[in-house]
Amino acid sequence: MIAFILRRLLQSIFVMLAVSLLAFLLFRYVGDPVAVMVGQETSIEDQERLREQLGLNDPVWTQYTRFLGNLVTGDFGFSYRTRQPIGEMILSRMPATLELGFVSLLISLIVGIPAGIYTALKNDGVIANAILITTLIGVSIPTFVIGIFLIYLFGVQLGWLPTFGRGDTVAIGWWTTNFLTVDGLRALILPALTLGIYQLTLTMRLVRSEMQDVMNTDFIKFAVARGIDYRSVHYRHALRNSMVPVVTIIGLQFGGIIAFSIVTESVFQWPGMGLLFLDSIKFVDIPVMSVYLVIIALIFVVINLIVDILYFVIDPRVRLSPEAG
Amino acid sequence: MLAYWRRVKIENELIYLFLRSPVTQVAAIVALVSVLGALLAPLIAPTNPYDLASFDLLDSFYPPSWTDQGDPRFLIGTDDQGRDLLSAILYGTRLSLLVGVSSVAFAAVLGTSLGIAAGYFGGRFDAVVMRIADVQLSLPAILTALLVDGVTRGIMPREQHEDLLLVVLTVAIGLSLWVNFARTARASTFVERNKEYVQAAEIMGLHPMRIMAVAILPNILGPLMVIGTIDLAVAILLEATLSFLGVGVPPNTPSLGTLIRVGTEYIFSGEWWIVIFPAMSLIFLIISVNILGDFFRTVLNPRLR
Repeated sequence: MIAFILRRLLQSIFVMLAVSLLAFLLFRYVGDPVAVMVGQETSIEDQERLREQLGLNDPVWTQYTRFLGNLVTGDFGFSYRTRQPIGEMILSRMPATLELGFVSLLISLIVGIPAGIYTALKNDGVIANAILITTLIGVSIPTFVIGIFLIYLFGVQLGWLPTFGRGDTVAIGWWTTNFLTVDGLRALILPALTLGIYQLTLTMRLVRSEMQDVMNTDFIKFAVARGIDYRSVHYRHALRNSMVPVVTIIGLQFGGIIAFSIVTESVFQWPGMGLLFLDSIKFVDIPVMSVYLVIIALIFVVINLIVDILYFVIDPRVRLSPEAG
Repeated sequence: MLAYWRRVKIENELIYLFLRSPVTQVAAIVALVSVLGALLAPLIAPTNPYDLASFDLLDSFYPPSWTDQGDPRFLIGTDDQGRDLLSAILYGTRLSLLVGVSSVAFAAVLGTSLGIAAGYFGGRFDAVVMRIADVQLSLPAILTALLVDGVTRGIMPREQHEDLLLVVLTVAIGLSLWVNFARTARASTFVERNKEYVQAAEIMGLHPMRIMAVAILPNILGPLMVIGTIDLAVAILLEATLSFLGVGVPPNTPSLGTLIRVGTEYIFSGEWWIVIFPAMSLIFLIISVNILGDFFRTVLNPRLR
């Protein structure tokens, strides 16, 4: 167990090093940092002094280790665009994105898992087919179009829900939350639904195919042959065995949620990290882009690590296979 | 000869199954109409949205012609600049399809060559390619495309970036889609590599490049075509999303994404047609391509039938 975790940890560190190297190359070689920082009238000598001061003339290797050291100590540098410390900028945006992602993940799991089970068991039913066709359409409609339709229906036509921004938030320390005010909760509904619908179809399809696979295995056939009633076969035997991959689903979906939160945040002007990233692309704010990359990778790696460890705990087969050690 | 007969059989099967699936037929018709409309846009569109002289700001915000304030000149209304919406959609679909097809072609060439080479040579080359593919796969496509776009913005001067925008967009989308081609090509090559015809070609002393291109490639095309179709839908979707976000094609160029972006600014004031028609065109296009992709997958993979 400990050896397994240690090896995974080592892998994660390797991935993070690779990503940070990429971020460093981005930061250092895309555009000239000095040219962006100073105005047109600064003399060449002053620029050269600044270059020396910033350590841009040091060997690349030294620069990279310094960049890495800064990252580890939480010193992310300054944004070209706003001149603010990037760490503060991202930290203040992070709660918005994480809360949005959390609620949409919840929606996708609470609706997606039962729908997946239902369509797997009732293969040819009318309702099951209707659900399947709906998901095919759901996969085909771009996230931003879903968002626009929701805005048009609930915001413009019915006027029930707010369509942009976070509404009222409550600050707990540096964390600002939507969950504690009615206004904040109302503002959360449409963006979370938009982000959740696409994930929902994915969850449903994965659960369905997993459940169908399990239903075809010998031990289920044997359970049916033994005369155990179907309810018990479905929910005690089949469901339990198809739930292992659900842990993976959550891990996999996280990537999608982060990516599509950029789109959703743009549609609803939700002040999260995705919107910040988008702005930094538009204004070629390279330091913010590279730090965003590192932070996203870090969240990715940590979640994958947790998923792998959970897998190890839940599924005995992983534990017993020789390569898990 | 054998390969020829196999192809004829598959083609027959394709037609047979196609005639039995009404959903696929409808999808094929929708896709055909979109493609024809896009190809023939310069001939059939009432106006040219790229030509600034062809539209007038005074014509802006006309609702569709069948409504009370509609104008018979503009079948489905005009946008905020007075452009005929139908023409803009035809030209927009043209651009979306152009970027979609070329980025899938880029991804297919890159992914297939890497995949076949990885499967054929194996060893260290294979390990490196697959490692890169794994990393790429963990990055969602849209994030990759955004990053490539952002980096090129940083590297190139502004004007140059705008000139090359379509190329940048194609590469950005293509780079986020090559992995599927590479993995499939690699897996199929693994199977083909040990077959007798490949061994025969090796004994004859053919150059590995020739074996890969002439012997193996034609035999693994089937699954790659399926991926190509499905990825076309993804590519169109990505282009629309990037353009919607304002990092795709220039804001004034009509693509389905930019049209929808413009339209969203007016849904609050009641000009619904500016967003609805481009959005519907996009959705129908993507759904029909997806259904066709699903159809090819079922036909070419007997296990799913």
